[in-house]
Amino acid sequence: MADGPLLSVEHLTTGFDLAGRFVPAVIDVSFDVAAGETLCLVGESGSGKSLTALSILRLVQRPGRIAEGRIVFDGTDLLSLGEREMQKIRGAEIALIFQEPMTALNPVFTIGNQIEETLRVHGCATRRTAGAKAIELLDAVSIPEPHKRVRDYPHQLSGGLRQRALIAMSLACEPRVVIADEPTTALDVTIQAQILDLLRSIQARMGLALLLITHDLGVVAEMADRVGVMYAGRIVEEAPVDELFAHPRHPYTRGLMASIPGGAPGSRLKAIQGTVPPLGELPPGCSFTPRCPDRFEPCPTAHPGTTVFGPRQTVKCYLHGPAVEPQVLPPGDL
Amino acid sequence: MPLLEVRNLVKEFSRSRGWFVQPSVMRAVDGVSFTIESGETFGLVGESGSGKTTTGRCILRLIEPTSGAVCFKGEDVLAFSKTRMRHARRDMQIVFQDPYSSLNPRMRVGDIVEEPLIIHRIGRKPERRARVAELFDLVGLDPSQLARYPHQFSGGQRQRIGLARALALNPSLVIADEPVSALDVSVQAQVINLLMDLQARLALTYLFIAHDLRLVRHICSRVAVMYLGKIVEMGATDALFANPAHPYTRALLSAIPMPHPGAVRERIVLEPTSFSREAPLREVGAGHLAAV
Repeated sequence: MADGPLLSVEHLTTGFDLAGRFVPAVIDVSFDVAAGETLCLVGESGSGKSLTALSILRLVQRPGRIAEGRIVFDGTDLLSLGEREMQKIRGAEIALIFQEPMTALNPVFTIGNQIEETLRVHGCATRRTAGAKAIELLDAVSIPEPHKRVRDYPHQLSGGLRQRALIAMSLACEPRVVIADEPTTALDVTIQAQILDLLRSIQARMGLALLLITHDLGVVAEMADRVGVMYAGRIVEEAPVDELFAHPRHPYTRGLMASIPGGAPGSRLKAIQGTVPPLGELPPGCSFTPRCPDRFEPCPTAHPGTTVFGPRQTVKCYLHGPAVEPQVLPPGDL
Repeated sequence: MPLLEVRNLVKEFSRSRGWFVQPSVMRAVDGVSFTIESGETFGLVGESGSGKTTTGRCILRLIEPTSGAVCFKGEDVLAFSKTRMRHARRDMQIVFQDPYSSLNPRMRVGDIVEEPLIIHRIGRKPERRARVAELFDLVGLDPSQLARYPHQFSGGQRQRIGLARALALNPSLVIADEPVSALDVSVQAQVINLLMDLQARLALTYLFIAHDLRLVRHICSRVAVMYLGKIVEMGATDALFANPAHPYTRALLSAIPMPHPGAVRERIVLEPTSFSREAPLREVGAGHLAAV
């Protein structure tokens, strides 16, 4: 593992301007990813994990906007760059793999065309060399008969092969950071296993910093070096993967782990009560309070600050410390 | 007598390949047989395209099977007339996978749950409304929200509405087709608990169609594994998970990501040449069948 972080997200707040008020959906999120490291962001739908990914690539569209924070890639704050400079980084240095390979690929161009386009736009290959490079990339992601598949259209490929093609495309310019947003959610479990193995081997080979977004704790356990647990826009707990599974500290993390089927067949599962609060209707104080089995007096007052455990585990919960975070963005103002 | 017996069920779909070309025939369900005893939860697992959903729909004749027999309480429902079938469906209901597309967005949720009672001409208006309120209570929803529309509910609540609708006619068999796969993890557990509670209270029998093996292991007493339209292995859940006999079952079990970091395990990759697709099911243990 390399020394310093390659990508640092610092106090990122992203939200939406809705009906004259700013509704935050990612709130004061900070994390680092080093080269050769896998950080998993895990959370339920609406927790802000995909929006975090889009923010890093500056792909958030109106009415959404990044309100605060810094995104530092290799020493440069991406939020200070002009759009043209950002384009040189997007796809070339930091690549994104989407969840649904069918919608992420253009149906009217062949797989080969689309990979060649990526290569040429970023100047990673010339018109003459792009064709051969595309075949090479398809081979690198273990697509059988790459010289034939390169002429296929997306609909001619199975879901697993499409996701492989998409990974090939994201790797075209040898990026240093890859963000994979639920890359296996749309796939069957046996195909999912293959894609995860592929991502792992590519990462080892290329020394990538991998930011993997998922809702599946099984995938987290298999892939992550470190994990950030997101709830209602915040990272409520961050820890090395072994530490997180051995000693989950936040009641939400504990709840997520307890709700995985296991234990005695037919026994009741330990569900988390209630549902994720909708955007813009976050309860006061800690957002998890209404669903939390361990809530007590300070919880509904203000969102708790960060308590540090050991070298690299942090948690935002009053059970673990009195720290109160300064109010970053009271919902509704700004 | 088993509550449901499916014998040699076949469903073929033909795809037209042009005006003058023989249509190609695809067997989505290829000679599937199993029985479900009253009160048990029978799991049908497989990946997309394995034919598990088609099997579920053929049992209710939402899709007409090509051949085979489906006996419910000893009567062959495939021989039923349309009217007779509609009557029989009072006793066999389905909960769909996607709670977003399976509820009519223009109907109030109270009306959605009442509709089966109206169709089957059960009770007068006040009795029906009382029954709907009772059903809401049963599935853990607030009866004061009857006049709301589906979009005002979360995914988990919508699945509860779908369940209330399925239970309106007091069925004995409920076919649950991936009932929680569209829901968030923390909400899945709530709905699974509800399904187990309702089974105990109402003596329901479930055909549980799913791809999540962790879930199936937790709630099913017996399981059948489908692969490309055929059942390749079937047996008591604990026996099947402990000693999977078919190569596909082994590959499937080895692919489940387990929430234990650092767990050493071997990934078994399915070699399609390692077994015969035509092998018949044979007994490999007590009540444990596999096509090997």
